[in-house]
Amino acid sequence: MTQLQPQLLARLVAVGVLGVIVQTAAVSQLPIAGANADVTPLLVMAIGLLCGSLAGACFGFGVGLFFDIVALQTLGVSSLVLLGVGYGAGRLREARDPEGTLVPLAVGAAATLAAALGFALMQFLLGADAPVSWALVRQTLATLLVNTLIAVPVYAVVRRVLQASLPDDPRRRRRRAYTTGGLSPLSKGIDLG
Amino acid sequence: MYDKTVRRRRAVLGLLVACSLILLTAYFGESGGGALHGVQRGTSEVLNPLQEGASRALKPVRDLFGWFGDTIAAKGQVQDLRTERDRLRSEALRDESLVRDNQRLSNLLQLDGALGLTSLGPVTGRVIFQSPTVWYATIRVDKGSDDGVRVGQPVINEEALIGRVTDVIGGSAQVTLITDTTTAVPARAGRRGVFGIVEPASAGNPTDLVMKFVLPGTRLSPGDRVLTRGTEPQDRRQSLYPVGLPIGAITRIDNEGTDTQEIHLRPFADLRSLDFVQILTKPRGPRP
Repeated sequence: MTQLQPQLLARLVAVGVLGVIVQTAAVSQLPIAGANADVTPLLVMAIGLLCGSLAGACFGFGVGLFFDIVALQTLGVSSLVLLGVGYGAGRLREARDPEGTLVPLAVGAAATLAAALGFALMQFLLGADAPVSWALVRQTLATLLVNTLIAVPVYAVVRRVLQASLPDDPRRRRRRAYTTGGLSPLSKGIDLG
Repeated sequence: MYDKTVRRRRAVLGLLVACSLILLTAYFGESGGGALHGVQRGTSEVLNPLQEGASRALKPVRDLFGWFGDTIAAKGQVQDLRTERDRLRSEALRDESLVRDNQRLSNLLQLDGALGLTSLGPVTGRVIFQSPTVWYATIRVDKGSDDGVRVGQPVINEEALIGRVTDVIGGSAQVTLITDTTTAVPARAGRRGVFGIVEPASAGNPTDLVMKFVLPGTRLSPGDRVLTRGTEPQDRRQSLYPVGLPIGAITRIDNEGTDTQEIHLRPFADLRSLDFVQILTKPRGPRP
């Protein structure tokens, strides 16, 4: 698990604050295919994949709370949903450590879907009595599609911002292990002498 | 060591979930003027200039996206608009004679038919935030209590009524749109002025409203305009919305003539791309 160094913490706060401001000031006012992109679950997903479950959950909680405050929405809803997204992405990294260019795309889609479903569930639990329309489903799917398309660039930007502060970037660790033979199962138990 | 890490991770997760649930419960439990609402408004007030600056700085990007979207949408609208143009031409000819009649009647009754929206104290504001979540049909504008904006005031854009003010801080106000599930607007439809209440047809659908409580057997047809009803002398409470603001046009009528009839309308205003809006700060003014 990544220990949060002050430099990394500062960058996480900057990513969170800037991400929410860009989301509210620009992205949420850009309708694409009848829906808006929502970069907050993608940011949380990226942090979870890069920093682990604990940092992902904390970042999700913080971003959700900040977003609810800025958007004058019910406090606690986005926090609860996004902390789950961050924790899930972090656990995926810790348990599987997936590699591949398209991993952020798949995890971004899953994160967006989880956030949308979590948000809808919360609204029903809180007493929204409006019927669910096809338009709502269509908009959710459109957001999912747009978010999937932008998941890779968002992940790349977040990784670039955090790269210098990450003590154990998965790829760097894997490369290091490969060059030293540290983690290869083939190198275990073979006596070349 | 591993157990300790797992325990720590689970403890933090539990703590965060508990914090979220406590926030949620406390937020719902308190009134609109409670501590959490106060913190939310205070933070929002501090961040407002930053958000407004970012919104202005990123306007060219939005405009670029808007241009692409408008071009694609415009191609699809050409045929619809041609049909509508032909219909409006014939209507305009008919309306001209009605306008002349109306003018004569107004003169006879010594009513001032020339009162415009200026008497309702319109304050023009720029949209600085639009909720990305379909469950919240809200926007934020850069005019607040410092500009005379108060909770409950109606909000229009260049096309029609779009909603009402539901929260105000010094430099900005939150507007809940007519497509939000908490909104209901008293309205009149068609030439006979049939009464009904306009509500969203379903959550998250910005293009479909429904007019309820319309007496069965009333004559309405697709294309009829729906306007705000305003307050009438027999009403016990004043309506939030002044009379005569356009809302939308009827698109279809389900179960027509029965007790369960549903009159669907499409709002005139495009609620997904709002840029400038006007808040009517004197909605109790003379009729427009």
